[in-house]
Amino acid sequence: MIVKCPHCGSRDSGEFHIRGEAAPCRPEYGDGQAAFVEYVYGRSNVAGVQQEHWYHMVGCRSWLTVERDTRTHEIVSVTFTKEVQP
Amino acid sequence: MSAQHYSIFALARQALTQHRGWTPAWRNAEPRESYDFIVIGGGGHGLATAYYLAKVFGQKSVAVLEKGWIGGGNAGRNTTIIRSNYLLPGNIPFYEMSLKLWEGLEQDLNYNAMVSQRGILNLFHSDEQRDAHERRGNAMRLHGVDADLLDAAAVRKMAPFLDFENARFPIFGGLLQKRGGTARHDGVVWGFARAASALGVDIIQNCEVTGMVRDAQGRVTAVETNRGRIRAGKIGMAVAGNSSRVAAQADLRLPIESHVLQAFVSEGLKPILPGVITFGAGHFYISQSDKGGLVFGGDLDGYKSYAQRGNLPIVEDVCEEAMALMPMVGRARLLRSWGGIMDMTMDGSPIIDRTPVPGLYFNGGWCYGGFKATPASGLCFAHLLARDEPHPAATAYRLDRFASGHLIDEKGSGAQPNLQ
Repeated sequence: MIVKCPHCGSRDSGEFHIRGEAAPCRPEYGDGQAAFVEYVYGRSNVAGVQQEHWYHMVGCRSWLTVERDTRTHEIVSVTFTKEVQP
Repeated sequence: MSAQHYSIFALARQALTQHRGWTPAWRNAEPRESYDFIVIGGGGHGLATAYYLAKVFGQKSVAVLEKGWIGGGNAGRNTTIIRSNYLLPGNIPFYEMSLKLWEGLEQDLNYNAMVSQRGILNLFHSDEQRDAHERRGNAMRLHGVDADLLDAAAVRKMAPFLDFENARFPIFGGLLQKRGGTARHDGVVWGFARAASALGVDIIQNCEVTGMVRDAQGRVTAVETNRGRIRAGKIGMAVAGNSSRVAAQADLRLPIESHVLQAFVSEGLKPILPGVITFGAGHFYISQSDKGGLVFGGDLDGYKSYAQRGNLPIVEDVCEEAMALMPMVGRARLLRSWGGIMDMTMDGSPIIDRTPVPGLYFNGGWCYGGFKATPASGLCFAHLLARDEPHPAATAYRLDRFASGHLIDEKGSGAQPNLQ
Protein backbone atom coordinates (compact mmCIF):
# COMPACT_ATOMS: atom_id res chain seq x y z
CA MET A 1 0.00 0.00 0.00
CA ILE A 2 1.15 3.54 -0.80
CA VAL A 3 -0.13 6.19 1.59
CA LYS A 4 -0.27 9.78 0.43
CA CYS A 5 0.76 11.65 3.58
CA PRO A 6 -0.48 15.25 3.33
CA HIS A 7 2.88 16.46 4.67
CA CYS A 8 5.45 14.05 3.14
CA GLY A 9 3.76 12.88 -0.07
CA SER A 10 3.42 9.26 -1.26
CA ARG A 11 5.13 6.85 1.15
CA ASP A 12 5.30 3.08 1.65
CA SER A 13 2.89 1.68 4.26
CA GLY A 14 5.89 0.19 6.12
CA GLU A 15 6.70 3.70 7.40
CA PHE A 16 3.48 3.86 9.41
CA HIS A 17 2.18 2.49 12.68
CA ILE A 18 -1.49 1.53 12.34
CA ARG A 19 -3.60 2.03 15.44
CA GLY A 20 -6.91 0.74 14.08
CA GLU A 21 -10.46 2.04 13.91
CA ALA A 22 -10.79 5.79 14.31
CA ALA A 23 -14.32 5.52 15.69
CA PRO A 24 -13.85 4.53 19.36
CA CYS A 25 -14.00 7.50 21.73
CA ARG A 26 -13.02 7.16 25.37
CA PRO A 27 -16.17 7.25 27.54
CA GLU A 28 -16.59 9.69 30.40
CA TYR A 29 -15.72 8.54 33.92
CA GLY A 30 -19.33 7.98 34.99
CA ASP A 31 -20.49 6.13 31.88
CA GLY A 32 -20.25 2.71 33.52
CA GLN A 33 -18.42 -0.54 32.90
CA ALA A 34 -20.33 -1.61 29.79
CA ALA A 35 -19.30 1.57 27.97
CA PHE A 36 -15.65 1.00 28.86
CA VAL A 37 -15.72 -2.68 27.82
CA GLU A 38 -17.22 -1.61 24.51
CA TYR A 39 -14.57 1.08 24.07
CA VAL A 40 -11.62 -1.16 24.95
CA TYR A 41 -12.68 -4.41 23.24
CA GLY A 42 -15.65 -3.81 20.92
CA ARG A 43 -14.98 -3.45 17.20
CA SER A 44 -17.18 -2.73 14.19
CA ASN A 45 -14.70 -4.62 11.97
CA VAL A 46 -16.56 -3.58 8.82
CA ALA A 47 -15.93 -5.11 5.42
CA GLY A 48 -15.83 -1.92 3.40
CA VAL A 49 -14.64 1.65 3.77
CA GLN A 50 -13.64 2.63 7.30
CA GLN A 51 -11.67 5.38 9.00
CA GLU A 52 -8.42 4.42 10.73
CA HIS A 53 -5.72 6.19 12.68
CA TRP A 54 -2.24 5.87 11.14
CA TYR A 55 0.91 7.36 12.70
CA HIS A 56 3.69 8.38 10.30
CA MET A 57 6.33 6.82 12.52
CA VAL A 58 9.47 7.29 10.39
CA GLY A 59 8.24 10.41 8.59
CA CYS A 60 6.64 13.60 9.87
CA ARG A 61 5.28 11.88 13.03
CA SER A 62 1.78 13.14 12.33
CA TRP A 63 -1.36 11.25 13.27
CA LEU A 64 -3.39 10.72 10.10
CA THR A 65 -6.98 9.68 9.56
CA VAL A 66 -6.95 7.24 6.65
CA GLU A 67 -10.14 6.19 4.90
CA ARG A 68 -9.50 2.71 3.50
CA ASP A 69 -11.52 -0.13 1.98
CA THR A 70 -10.76 -3.31 3.97
CA ARG A 71 -11.94 -5.49 1.06
CA THR A 72 -9.50 -4.09 -1.52
CA HIS A 73 -6.87 -2.09 0.50
CA GLU A 74 -7.77 0.94 -1.63
CA ILE A 75 -7.05 4.19 0.22
CA VAL A 76 -9.84 6.70 -0.35
CA SER A 77 -8.51 9.71 1.54
CA VAL A 78 -5.77 10.77 3.98
CA THR A 79 -6.12 13.79 6.26
CA PHE A 80 -4.42 15.10 9.40
CA THR A 81 -6.34 13.74 12.40
CA LYS A 82 -6.15 17.13 14.13
CA GLU A 83 -8.18 18.57 11.26
CA VAL A 84 -10.85 15.81 11.48
CA GLN A 85 -10.98 15.55 15.29
CA PRO A 86 -9.59 18.87 16.63
CA MET B 1 -26.17 -42.81 2.29
CA SER B 2 -23.22 -44.73 3.71
CA ALA B 3 -19.88 -43.99 2.06
CA GLN B 4 -17.59 -46.55 0.48
CA HIS B 5 -15.13 -47.89 3.03
CA TYR B 6 -11.57 -47.00 2.06
CA SER B 7 -9.00 -49.75 2.56
CA ILE B 8 -6.21 -51.59 0.77
CA PHE B 9 -8.79 -54.20 -0.32
CA ALA B 10 -11.12 -51.53 -1.75
CA LEU B 11 -8.16 -50.09 -3.63
CA ALA B 12 -7.20 -53.49 -5.03
CA ARG B 13 -10.81 -54.21 -6.04
CA GLN B 14 -11.06 -50.85 -7.82
CA ALA B 15 -7.73 -51.46 -9.55
CA LEU B 16 -9.22 -54.56 -11.16
CA THR B 17 -11.98 -52.42 -12.72
CA GLN B 18 -9.69 -49.53 -13.66
CA HIS B 19 -10.99 -47.35 -10.81
CA ARG B 20 -14.37 -46.80 -12.48
CA GLY B 21 -16.35 -47.72 -9.36
CA TRP B 22 -15.44 -44.87 -6.98
CA THR B 23 -18.39 -42.76 -5.89
CA PRO B 24 -18.31 -39.10 -4.72
CA ALA B 25 -16.92 -38.77 -1.19
CA TRP B 26 -20.00 -36.88 0.04
CA ARG B 27 -23.51 -36.00 -1.10
CA ASN B 28 -23.95 -32.52 -2.59
CA ALA B 29 -27.17 -31.86 -0.66
CA GLU B 30 -30.00 -29.48 -1.52
CA PRO B 31 -31.26 -27.35 1.39
CA ARG B 32 -34.38 -28.58 3.18
CA GLU B 33 -36.91 -26.19 4.74
CA SER B 34 -35.88 -26.85 8.29
CA TYR B 35 -33.19 -28.49 10.45
CA ASP B 36 -32.63 -29.00 14.16
CA PHE B 37 -29.11 -27.59 13.81
CA ILE B 38 -27.54 -25.31 11.22
CA VAL B 39 -23.78 -24.78 11.25
CA ILE B 40 -22.79 -21.69 9.27
CA GLY B 41 -19.40 -22.23 7.64
CA GLY B 42 -18.11 -25.36 5.91
CA GLY B 43 -14.48 -25.06 6.94
CA GLY B 44 -12.68 -27.53 9.17
CA HIS B 45 -14.38 -26.31 12.35
CA GLY B 46 -17.90 -26.25 10.90
CA LEU B 47 -17.59 -29.70 9.35
CA ALA B 48 -16.03 -31.14 12.51
CA THR B 49 -18.89 -29.64 14.54
CA ALA B 50 -21.48 -31.28 12.27
CA TYR B 51 -19.60 -34.58 12.34
CA TYR B 52 -19.44 -34.74 16.13
CA LEU B 53 -23.07 -33.57 16.45
CA ALA B 54 -24.06 -36.64 14.42
CA LYS B 55 -21.46 -39.08 15.75
CA VAL B 56 -21.17 -38.29 19.45
CA PHE B 57 -24.50 -36.61 20.17
CA GLY B 58 -26.66 -38.67 17.79
CA GLN B 59 -28.28 -35.73 16.02
CA LYS B 60 -30.06 -36.62 12.79
CA SER B 61 -31.06 -33.23 11.43
CA VAL B 62 -27.90 -31.18 10.83
CA ALA B 63 -26.89 -28.93 7.93
CA VAL B 64 -23.62 -27.18 7.12
CA LEU B 65 -23.97 -24.03 5.00
CA GLU B 66 -20.87 -23.03 3.03
CA LYS B 67 -20.79 -19.85 0.95
CA GLY B 68 -18.10 -21.20 -1.39
CA TRP B 69 -16.87 -24.76 -1.73
CA ILE B 70 -15.42 -27.21 0.79
CA GLY B 71 -11.72 -26.50 1.24
CA GLY B 72 -11.85 -23.09 -0.47
CA GLY B 73 -11.59 -20.78 2.55
CA ASN B 74 -9.14 -20.72 5.43
CA ALA B 75 -9.09 -24.54 5.41
CA GLY B 76 -6.99 -24.21 2.24
CA ARG B 77 -4.88 -21.28 3.44
CA ASN B 78 -3.21 -22.41 6.66
CA THR B 79 0.25 -23.86 7.24
CA THR B 80 -1.03 -27.26 8.50
CA ILE B 81 0.78 -27.38 11.86
CA ILE B 82 -0.60 -29.43 14.75
CA ARG B 83 0.77 -29.08 18.30
CA SER B 84 -0.25 -28.58 21.93
CA ASN B 85 2.74 -26.67 23.36
CA TYR B 86 0.72 -24.09 25.29
CA LEU B 87 1.38 -22.45 28.64
CA LEU B 88 -1.88 -21.40 30.28
CA PRO B 89 -4.33 -23.69 32.11
CA GLY B 90 -7.29 -22.59 29.95
CA ASN B 91 -5.45 -23.61 26.80
CA ILE B 92 -3.33 -26.72 27.48
CA PRO B 93 -6.16 -29.25 28.17
CA PHE B 94 -8.08 -28.06 25.11
CA TYR B 95 -5.17 -28.25 22.67
CA GLU B 96 -3.93 -31.52 24.14
CA MET B 97 -7.40 -33.01 23.64
CA SER B 98 -7.17 -31.77 20.06
CA LEU B 99 -3.79 -33.42 19.51
CA LYS B 100 -5.13 -36.69 20.94
CA LEU B 101 -8.08 -36.48 18.54
CA TRP B 102 -5.63 -35.88 15.67
CA GLU B 103 -3.77 -39.05 16.67
CA GLY B 104 -6.89 -41.17 16.14
CA LEU B 105 -8.60 -39.07 13.50
CA GLU B 106 -7.76 -41.08 10.40
CA GLN B 107 -9.11 -44.32 11.87
CA ASP B 108 -12.16 -42.48 13.17
CA LEU B 109 -12.93 -40.86 9.80
CA ASN B 110 -11.61 -43.71 7.60
CA TYR B 111 -9.73 -41.04 5.66
CA ASN B 112 -6.05 -40.35 5.14
CA ALA B 113 -5.46 -36.86 6.56
CA MET B 114 -1.69 -37.45 6.35
CA VAL B 115 -1.15 -36.70 10.04
CA SER B 116 2.60 -36.75 10.46
CA GLN B 117 4.03 -36.37 13.98
CA ARG B 118 7.50 -35.28 13.00
CA GLY B 119 7.91 -32.88 15.93
CA ILE B 120 7.88 -29.15 16.53
CA LEU B 121 10.98 -27.35 17.78
CA ASN B 122 10.71 -23.84 19.30
CA LEU B 123 14.18 -22.29 19.33
CA PHE B 124 15.47 -19.87 21.95
CA HIS B 125 18.28 -17.39 21.59
CA SER B 126 19.13 -16.12 25.10
CA ASP B 127 19.28 -17.31 28.70
CA GLU B 128 16.06 -15.48 29.52
CA GLN B 129 14.27 -17.15 26.64
CA ARG B 130 15.55 -20.52 27.84
CA ASP B 131 13.93 -19.86 31.23
CA ALA B 132 10.65 -18.96 29.53
CA HIS B 133 10.73 -22.12 27.42
CA GLU B 134 11.62 -24.25 30.42
CA ARG B 135 8.61 -22.81 32.24
CA ARG B 136 6.38 -23.59 29.27
CA GLY B 137 7.79 -27.13 29.07
CA ASN B 138 7.16 -27.63 32.80
CA ALA B 139 3.58 -26.38 32.46
CA MET B 140 3.04 -28.82 29.60
CA ARG B 141 4.47 -31.75 31.56
CA LEU B 142 2.31 -30.91 34.58
CA HIS B 143 -0.68 -31.32 32.25
CA GLY B 144 0.66 -34.64 30.94
CA VAL B 145 1.90 -33.25 27.62
CA ASP B 146 5.28 -34.28 26.22
CA ALA B 147 8.03 -31.65 26.16
CA ASP B 148 11.82 -31.89 25.92
CA LEU B 149 14.26 -29.06 26.52
CA LEU B 150 17.21 -29.41 24.13
CA ASP B 151 20.57 -27.68 24.43
CA ALA B 152 22.42 -26.30 21.41
CA ALA B 153 24.33 -29.55 20.84
CA ALA B 154 21.11 -31.59 20.69
CA VAL B 155 19.51 -29.06 18.32
CA ARG B 156 22.64 -29.19 16.15
CA LYS B 157 22.24 -32.95 15.88
CA MET B 158 18.64 -32.54 14.72
CA ALA B 159 19.08 -29.56 12.42
CA PRO B 160 22.75 -28.95 11.58
CA PHE B 161 21.86 -26.41 8.88
CA LEU B 162 20.70 -23.68 11.32
CA ASP B 163 22.83 -20.55 11.81
CA PHE B 164 23.99 -21.39 15.35
CA GLU B 165 26.68 -18.70 15.48
CA ASN B 166 24.46 -15.88 14.20
CA ALA B 167 26.03 -12.69 15.63
CA ARG B 168 22.73 -11.18 16.77
CA PHE B 169 20.58 -14.26 17.51
CA PRO B 170 22.80 -17.27 18.36
CA ILE B 171 20.84 -20.47 18.99
CA PHE B 172 20.95 -21.55 22.66
CA GLY B 173 18.62 -24.55 22.31
CA GLY B 174 14.99 -25.41 21.79
CA LEU B 175 11.81 -26.81 23.32
CA LEU B 176 10.77 -29.91 21.41
CA GLN B 177 7.31 -31.44 21.31
CA LYS B 178 7.81 -34.75 19.51
CA ARG B 179 4.08 -35.41 19.10
CA GLY B 180 3.57 -32.15 17.19
CA GLY B 181 3.78 -32.11 13.42
CA THR B 182 1.65 -31.49 10.36
CA ALA B 183 -1.50 -32.81 8.67
CA ARG B 184 -2.86 -32.32 5.18
CA HIS B 185 -5.36 -29.44 5.34
CA ASP B 186 -7.50 -30.54 2.35
CA GLY B 187 -7.56 -34.10 3.61
CA VAL B 188 -8.93 -32.91 6.95
CA VAL B 189 -11.95 -31.06 5.52
CA TRP B 190 -12.62 -33.75 2.91
CA GLY B 191 -12.42 -36.43 5.58
CA PHE B 192 -14.80 -34.60 7.95
CA ALA B 193 -17.20 -33.80 5.08
CA ARG B 194 -17.28 -37.41 3.92
CA ALA B 195 -17.72 -38.84 7.42
CA ALA B 196 -20.40 -36.26 8.35
CA SER B 197 -22.30 -36.83 5.12
CA ALA B 198 -22.29 -40.59 5.72
CA LEU B 199 -23.98 -39.93 9.09
CA GLY B 200 -26.75 -37.94 7.41
CA VAL B 201 -25.42 -34.37 7.64
CA ASP B 202 -26.46 -32.17 4.69
CA ILE B 203 -23.44 -30.33 3.30
CA ILE B 204 -24.76 -27.41 1.24
CA GLN B 205 -22.17 -25.58 -0.83
CA ASN B 206 -22.59 -22.23 -2.61
CA CYS B 207 -25.06 -21.23 0.09
CA GLU B 208 -24.24 -17.86 1.68
CA VAL B 209 -26.09 -16.66 4.76
CA THR B 210 -27.34 -13.13 4.05
CA GLY B 211 -29.50 -12.46 7.08
CA MET B 212 -30.97 -13.82 10.31
CA VAL B 213 -34.69 -14.12 11.02
CA ARG B 214 -35.72 -13.36 14.62
CA ASP B 215 -39.02 -13.77 16.41
CA ALA B 216 -40.71 -11.33 18.78
CA GLN B 217 -38.54 -12.48 21.73
CA GLY B 218 -35.37 -11.86 19.70
CA ARG B 219 -34.64 -15.54 19.19
CA VAL B 220 -33.00 -16.50 15.90
CA THR B 221 -35.34 -18.95 14.18
CA ALA B 222 -34.02 -19.10 10.62
CA VAL B 223 -31.36 -17.84 8.26
CA GLU B 224 -31.87 -16.10 4.94
CA THR B 225 -29.54 -17.44 2.26
CA ASN B 226 -29.01 -16.96 -1.44
CA ARG B 227 -30.87 -20.28 -1.78
CA GLY B 228 -33.86 -19.29 0.32
CA ARG B 229 -34.91 -19.23 3.96
CA ILE B 230 -33.89 -22.19 6.14
CA ARG B 231 -35.42 -22.65 9.60
CA ALA B 232 -33.40 -24.10 12.47
CA GLY B 233 -33.73 -24.95 16.15
CA LYS B 234 -30.21 -23.82 16.92
CA ILE B 235 -27.69 -21.99 14.76
CA GLY B 236 -23.93 -22.21 15.23
CA MET B 237 -21.46 -19.83 13.60
CA ALA B 238 -18.07 -21.24 12.61
CA VAL B 239 -16.97 -18.59 10.16
CA ALA B 240 -13.62 -17.41 11.56
CA GLY B 241 -12.26 -14.59 9.41
CA ASN B 242 -15.76 -13.28 8.76
CA SER B 243 -17.24 -13.58 12.28
CA SER B 244 -17.98 -9.87 12.66
CA ARG B 245 -19.81 -9.74 9.31
CA VAL B 246 -22.09 -12.68 10.14
CA ALA B 247 -22.59 -11.57 13.77
CA ALA B 248 -23.65 -8.12 12.55
CA GLN B 249 -26.64 -9.80 10.89
CA ALA B 250 -27.86 -10.55 14.43
CA ASP B 251 -26.85 -7.04 15.66
CA LEU B 252 -23.87 -8.42 17.60
CA ARG B 253 -20.54 -6.62 17.99
CA LEU B 254 -17.56 -8.86 18.75
CA PRO B 255 -14.15 -8.23 20.36
CA ILE B 256 -12.55 -9.23 17.07
CA GLU B 257 -10.57 -7.60 14.25
CA SER B 258 -10.04 -9.36 10.90
CA HIS B 259 -6.40 -9.31 9.85
CA VAL B 260 -4.49 -10.77 6.93
CA LEU B 261 -1.79 -13.39 7.57
CA GLN B 262 0.48 -14.36 4.71
CA ALA B 263 2.03 -17.77 4.05
CA PHE B 264 4.59 -18.96 1.55
CA VAL B 265 5.73 -22.16 -0.14
CA SER B 266 8.98 -22.82 -1.98
CA GLU B 267 9.66 -25.13 -4.92
CA GLY B 268 9.82 -28.83 -4.04
CA LEU B 269 13.10 -29.90 -2.44
CA LYS B 270 14.48 -33.20 -1.17
CA PRO B 271 13.71 -33.88 2.51
CA ILE B 272 15.82 -31.44 4.55
CA LEU B 273 13.72 -30.32 7.54
CA PRO B 274 13.25 -32.85 10.35
CA GLY B 275 9.95 -31.25 11.46
CA VAL B 276 8.45 -27.86 12.24
CA ILE B 277 11.01 -25.27 13.37
CA THR B 278 10.17 -21.86 14.82
CA PHE B 279 12.49 -18.86 15.23
CA GLY B 280 12.44 -17.44 18.75
CA ALA B 281 13.86 -14.00 17.98
CA GLY B 282 11.05 -12.95 15.68
CA HIS B 283 7.90 -14.60 14.45
CA PHE B 284 8.77 -17.20 11.84
CA TYR B 285 7.90 -20.87 11.42
CA ILE B 286 8.81 -23.36 8.73
CA SER B 287 8.06 -26.97 7.86
CA GLN B 288 8.36 -29.15 4.78
CA SER B 289 5.34 -30.62 3.05
CA ASP B 290 5.26 -34.21 1.86
CA LYS B 291 5.63 -32.87 -1.70
CA GLY B 292 8.90 -31.23 -0.63
CA GLY B 293 7.92 -27.56 -0.57
CA LEU B 294 9.09 -25.47 2.36
CA VAL B 295 5.95 -24.03 3.94
CA PHE B 296 6.57 -20.94 6.06
CA GLY B 297 5.10 -17.76 7.45
CA GLY B 298 5.50 -15.00 9.99
CA ASP B 299 3.64 -12.02 11.40
CA LEU B 300 0.34 -10.42 10.49
CA ASP B 301 0.50 -7.50 8.08
CA GLY B 302 -0.85 -5.33 10.90
CA TYR B 303 -3.89 -3.66 9.34
CA LYS B 304 -7.44 -4.87 9.12
CA SER B 305 -8.28 -6.65 5.91
CA TYR B 306 -10.81 -8.91 4.25
CA ALA B 307 -8.80 -8.97 1.00
CA GLN B 308 -7.09 -12.38 1.39
CA ARG B 309 -3.81 -10.93 0.14
CA GLY B 310 -1.00 -9.10 1.88
CA ASN B 311 1.66 -6.53 1.07
CA LEU B 312 5.40 -6.54 0.45
CA PRO B 313 6.80 -5.28 3.81
CA ILE B 314 5.84 -8.61 5.43
CA VAL B 315 7.27 -10.61 2.51
CA GLU B 316 10.59 -8.86 3.11
CA ASP B 317 10.34 -9.34 6.88
CA VAL B 318 9.58 -13.08 6.63
CA CYS B 319 12.40 -13.68 4.12
CA GLU B 320 14.86 -11.83 6.36
CA GLU B 321 13.89 -14.04 9.28
CA ALA B 322 14.31 -17.15 7.14
CA MET B 323 17.81 -16.04 6.19
CA ALA B 324 18.70 -15.25 9.81
CA LEU B 325 17.60 -18.73 10.90
CA MET B 326 18.73 -20.98 8.04
CA PRO B 327 20.80 -19.26 5.35
CA MET B 328 20.58 -22.38 3.16
CA VAL B 329 17.05 -21.44 2.06
CA GLY B 330 18.41 -18.40 0.22
CA ARG B 331 18.87 -20.41 -2.98
CA ALA B 332 15.38 -21.93 -2.97
CA ARG B 333 12.84 -20.28 -5.23
CA LEU B 334 9.48 -19.13 -3.90
CA LEU B 335 6.61 -20.89 -5.59
CA ARG B 336 3.55 -19.16 -4.15
CA SER B 337 2.44 -16.77 -1.45
CA TRP B 338 -1.10 -16.13 -0.29
CA GLY B 339 -3.09 -14.52 2.48
CA GLY B 340 -5.81 -15.75 4.79
CA ILE B 341 -8.12 -13.71 7.01
CA MET B 342 -7.74 -14.27 10.76
CA ASP B 343 -10.27 -13.51 13.49
CA MET B 344 -7.94 -11.73 15.92
CA THR B 345 -9.43 -11.53 19.42
CA MET B 346 -8.16 -8.97 21.88
CA ASP B 347 -6.34 -11.54 24.04
CA GLY B 348 -5.20 -13.94 21.31
CA SER B 349 -7.44 -16.84 22.40
CA PRO B 350 -10.58 -18.28 20.81
CA ILE B 351 -14.27 -18.08 21.78
CA ILE B 352 -16.69 -21.03 21.93
CA ASP B 353 -19.82 -19.84 23.68
CA ARG B 354 -23.49 -18.91 23.60
CA THR B 355 -24.23 -15.38 22.43
CA PRO B 356 -26.62 -12.85 23.99
CA VAL B 357 -28.98 -13.69 21.08
CA PRO B 358 -31.09 -16.78 21.96
CA GLY B 359 -30.65 -19.65 19.52
CA LEU B 360 -27.33 -18.34 18.20
CA TYR B 361 -24.01 -19.91 19.21
CA PHE B 362 -20.52 -18.70 18.40
CA ASN B 363 -17.26 -20.42 17.53
CA GLY B 364 -14.48 -18.12 16.32
CA GLY B 365 -11.61 -15.85 17.21
CA TRP B 366 -9.05 -18.49 16.34
CA CYS B 367 -6.29 -15.95 15.63
CA TYR B 368 -3.41 -17.76 13.91
CA GLY B 369 -4.13 -21.08 15.60
CA GLY B 370 -7.31 -22.53 14.17
CA PHE B 371 -6.02 -25.47 12.16
CA LYS B 372 -4.52 -27.46 15.03
CA ALA B 373 -7.73 -26.94 17.02
CA THR B 374 -10.05 -28.33 14.32
CA PRO B 375 -11.15 -31.63 15.94
CA ALA B 376 -11.40 -30.30 19.52
CA SER B 377 -13.16 -27.15 18.35
CA GLY B 378 -15.72 -29.30 16.53
CA LEU B 379 -16.24 -31.60 19.52
CA CYS B 380 -16.58 -28.72 22.02
CA PHE B 381 -18.91 -26.71 19.78
CA ALA B 382 -21.06 -29.78 19.13
CA HIS B 383 -21.22 -30.33 22.90
CA LEU B 384 -22.32 -26.73 23.43
CA LEU B 385 -24.95 -26.92 20.68
CA ALA B 386 -26.35 -30.29 21.71
CA ARG B 387 -26.35 -29.89 25.50
CA ASP B 388 -26.40 -26.11 25.94
CA GLU B 389 -23.43 -26.25 28.28
CA PRO B 390 -19.71 -25.88 27.54
CA HIS B 391 -17.46 -28.91 27.10
CA PRO B 392 -15.18 -29.27 30.18
CA ALA B 393 -12.09 -28.60 28.02
CA ALA B 394 -13.45 -25.31 26.66
CA THR B 395 -14.93 -23.60 29.73
CA ALA B 396 -12.43 -20.74 29.56
CA TYR B 397 -13.35 -19.68 26.01
CA ARG B 398 -16.22 -17.43 27.08
CA LEU B 399 -17.45 -14.45 25.12
CA ASP B 400 -17.91 -12.37 28.28
CA ARG B 401 -14.35 -12.89 29.56
CA PHE B 402 -13.36 -9.48 28.19
CA ALA B 403 -15.90 -7.80 30.46
CA SER B 404 -15.14 -10.00 33.48
CA GLY B 405 -11.36 -9.71 33.12
CA HIS B 406 -10.64 -13.44 32.74
CA LEU B 407 -8.47 -12.99 29.65
CA ILE B 408 -6.29 -15.82 28.32
CA ASP B 409 -3.30 -13.82 27.14
CA GLU B 410 -1.15 -16.74 26.03
CA LYS B 411 1.18 -14.63 23.91
CA GLY B 412 -0.22 -11.14 23.98
CA SER B 413 0.15 -10.57 20.26
CA GLY B 414 -2.32 -9.64 17.57
CA ALA B 415 -5.00 -7.02 17.71
CA GLN B 416 -4.50 -4.30 20.27
CA PRO B 417 -7.28 -3.36 22.66
CA ASN B 418 -7.65 0.38 23.28
CA LEU B 419 -5.80 0.35 26.59
CA GLN B 420 -3.68 3.45 26.16
